[in-house]
Amino acid sequence: MDVTLKIKRYDPETDEAAHFEEYQVDLPEYGAVLDGLLAIRDEQDGSLSMRCSCRSAICGSCAMKINGKSRLACKTMVSQLKELEGDVISVEPMGNQPVIKDLVVNMDMFWDKVNAVQPYLRPEGPAPEKEYLVSNESMMELAVAMNCIMCGACVSDCTVLEVDKGFLGPAALAKAFRFAGDPRDGHKQERLQLYTEPNGVWDCTRCFMCVSACPKDVAPMERIMDVRAMAMEAGLTNTRGARHVDAFASSVKHSGRLNELGLAMKTFGFFRAGIELAPMGIRRLFKRRLPPLMHKKIATAKNIGRLFDKLGV
Amino acid sequence: MRQHEVIIIGGGLAGMRAAQKAQEMGADVAMISKIYPTRSHSAAAQGGVQAAVSENDSWESHAYDTVKGSDYLGDQDAIEILCYEAPGDIYALERMGVIFNRNDDGTIDARAFGGTSVNRTCFVADQTGQVLLHVMWEQLLKSGLTVYSEWFVTKLLVEDNKIAGCAALEIPTGRVEVFRAKAIVLATGGIGQVYNPTTNGLVVTADGQALAYQAGATLMDMESVQHHPTTMKANGVLITEGARGEGAYLLNSNGERFMEKYAPNMKELASRDVVSRAETMEIREGRGVDGCVLLDLRHLGRDLIMTKLAQIYELARDYASTNILEAPVPIQPGHHYIMGGIKTDVDGRTWDVTGENRWEGVEGLFAAGECANVSVHGGNRLGGNSLLDTIVFGKRSGAGATEYANSNDWAPISEDAALVDQESGIKKIFDRPADGLRASALRLEMGNAMNDGIAVFRTEEGMTQTLNTVRDIKGRFPGVSVQNKGRVFNTDLLSVLELGYMLDVAEVIAVSAINRKESRGAHAREDYPDRNDEEYLKHTIVHRGKDGAPVLDYLPVTMTKWEPQVRSY
Repeated sequence: MDVTLKIKRYDPETDEAAHFEEYQVDLPEYGAVLDGLLAIRDEQDGSLSMRCSCRSAICGSCAMKINGKSRLACKTMVSQLKELEGDVISVEPMGNQPVIKDLVVNMDMFWDKVNAVQPYLRPEGPAPEKEYLVSNESMMELAVAMNCIMCGACVSDCTVLEVDKGFLGPAALAKAFRFAGDPRDGHKQERLQLYTEPNGVWDCTRCFMCVSACPKDVAPMERIMDVRAMAMEAGLTNTRGARHVDAFASSVKHSGRLNELGLAMKTFGFFRAGIELAPMGIRRLFKRRLPPLMHKKIATAKNIGRLFDKLGV
Repeated sequence: MRQHEVIIIGGGLAGMRAAQKAQEMGADVAMISKIYPTRSHSAAAQGGVQAAVSENDSWESHAYDTVKGSDYLGDQDAIEILCYEAPGDIYALERMGVIFNRNDDGTIDARAFGGTSVNRTCFVADQTGQVLLHVMWEQLLKSGLTVYSEWFVTKLLVEDNKIAGCAALEIPTGRVEVFRAKAIVLATGGIGQVYNPTTNGLVVTADGQALAYQAGATLMDMESVQHHPTTMKANGVLITEGARGEGAYLLNSNGERFMEKYAPNMKELASRDVVSRAETMEIREGRGVDGCVLLDLRHLGRDLIMTKLAQIYELARDYASTNILEAPVPIQPGHHYIMGGIKTDVDGRTWDVTGENRWEGVEGLFAAGECANVSVHGGNRLGGNSLLDTIVFGKRSGAGATEYANSNDWAPISEDAALVDQESGIKKIFDRPADGLRASALRLEMGNAMNDGIAVFRTEEGMTQTLNTVRDIKGRFPGVSVQNKGRVFNTDLLSVLELGYMLDVAEVIAVSAINRKESRGAHAREDYPDRNDEEYLKHTIVHRGKDGAPVLDYLPVTMTKWEPQVRSY
């Protein structure tokens, strides 16, 4: 199977800027993009640098942008790409992280953020002599997050990190879920407090990019939503994110639709909403897109309220 | 020059466990790893870790199974320690955060595995190694261990047969530095890339075995190389023994469960050497399917497969276009593990502490995990015992190294001489013309030769041919050049250094294998098909002679309570 790989190259010792180079390789039927890169490195151009090891999607070394999407090179089959995305395959280093050389990025920030969520069990009280007795279900719920191989693909495609480097990001927050949800941990409340601070779970915009990038079905965004729910349940409702959720639900429950002005007031507080949102309000006024100042119920609001009651929310 | 009392080389499970123990005991310890620790190949262990945690089990039963699995080449004192300490260590890992699968009462569940008399393999679905590795890594984040990540060790520095430190290359910058240490623990893993194909990752390049050998330590039982019965044809990637543990069948082209013939009692769950040989026989006798036999999981049902073998479902889908819910997946034996390694005692010491110099070692140098040979696996390792080996003997070598560091002074070290030596070695490689021999071509030639001659079945002729090829490649190795002459993340240069390590180790494997004129465990010779306890119930040991060639000798096997018996499954 002949394939063309268009690889983004950069050598800080000789290049002023990154550039693309094209290579042709012949791969067997089950060739992955990584096999193509290895063939290039072994047979054509030994100066090509990338990280890789296990070839079976478990070590997490070879995340990179393939045709613009962050994926593991070892798990991305060339035949499928050719069929679905065309004959020329572009390969670039991950996003949101500085490039060291070619396809190798500096992941220091990634690891720092993982470390920031206290990614280790912190039991409280006397340890059992043998194992903690916990249900299989409680462990297997964590397995979803434990599947994470720290490859960085989610962080590479995260749209929040593109504009806000401070965001803890999907990988670290999925790890956060793994500990907040562990029945053996003794600091759940403290953790949830930490994870709901600015740069934490409420900063996710639910764009789904991390869910689609994750090669191990961790679905980091879903885990972030899990932590949000845990935090609300634990009574951590006095954050902008939590107030936003409450106001949203309350508006729909009582009027059948969203009260946009009320939502802003409740999320930001009356005065902060005035200060922070006034410029946007004025712009929208000129574009005639200001939400109605008087919020009206829809005709069937009562039925919606009953739905909420039935669900017990 | 950097300085730490104890330096651990290797960031996999054995290295992390050694570092953790040394830290607990108060040592100034650092870890050097050529990759970020979570990238280590320990992550690829799928099926589980053995420990007698069930009520109907005992450590003695585990020990007997291990002795029998080793074909009586394992040292029984070491095996007793391994199995006796196993439950305590597994519980400790659980308390650190490992999410083991559970029984209904909340205790740790155990599944069946090859060569075990009861269900003894503790597991986390089919990702046990990854979870263990990540939990140990979490513990090191918690304790704030100093980790030199992406540093490649180029040499162990030895003064008057005592460890003084090591030289290492920082991969992102290309800078060489000297590290001073009182004790060093090698925990660098296996030799996978010496073979082609292999289940092992691309970073598994025999670094520790070669560093120790070049520094004057002994390699033991290097002919004991294991081929795993279920690897994928396309790329050699592993399918866990857990698949058979959960009840999968092996079928030949006639649809027969052929293991009934070779191992009437244990069938698919006989030990790995037995199953790999049976598969090879079926394929040789014309009952294979395109050089493979079939692994059939269909009768296990969707629920079991998707909860306990989900990774296998994905691997078969990605690398063999097979939906294991609907069709059997073609598999073949492939290189997987080396039972042999750096000769150590049960505390990880590479030298003979009795002072009798029964083997060559380096004082202050320790080893643990796959790169070491304690020896608990002997001629054939049981599945699930390698993770256990890293946990138990990683811990013990970390303790041993700390005790040694506490009671010994720093050996003298010459930083400048070491730097000049290492830099000139790199310069020599850079100075060769860029269009010279490629390391990748020689590595492939070596890997193929090893797989041709020293695999499931072996003969004098085949092994001699392999040795000749390896020596021929060694002869050409000084002409290997690099196309990348830069310093930043130069993996071209690394591939040359790694090939140098692998060639030394490949030669030792071949020499050891040729000289064991019997069949024992994974070392199955067609010209000597029987086990010969009278002449060969002994360890092969090899150290590097003054002329650089391997020097062969033997050591007795330590027996405690299990006399050799006929081995059948």
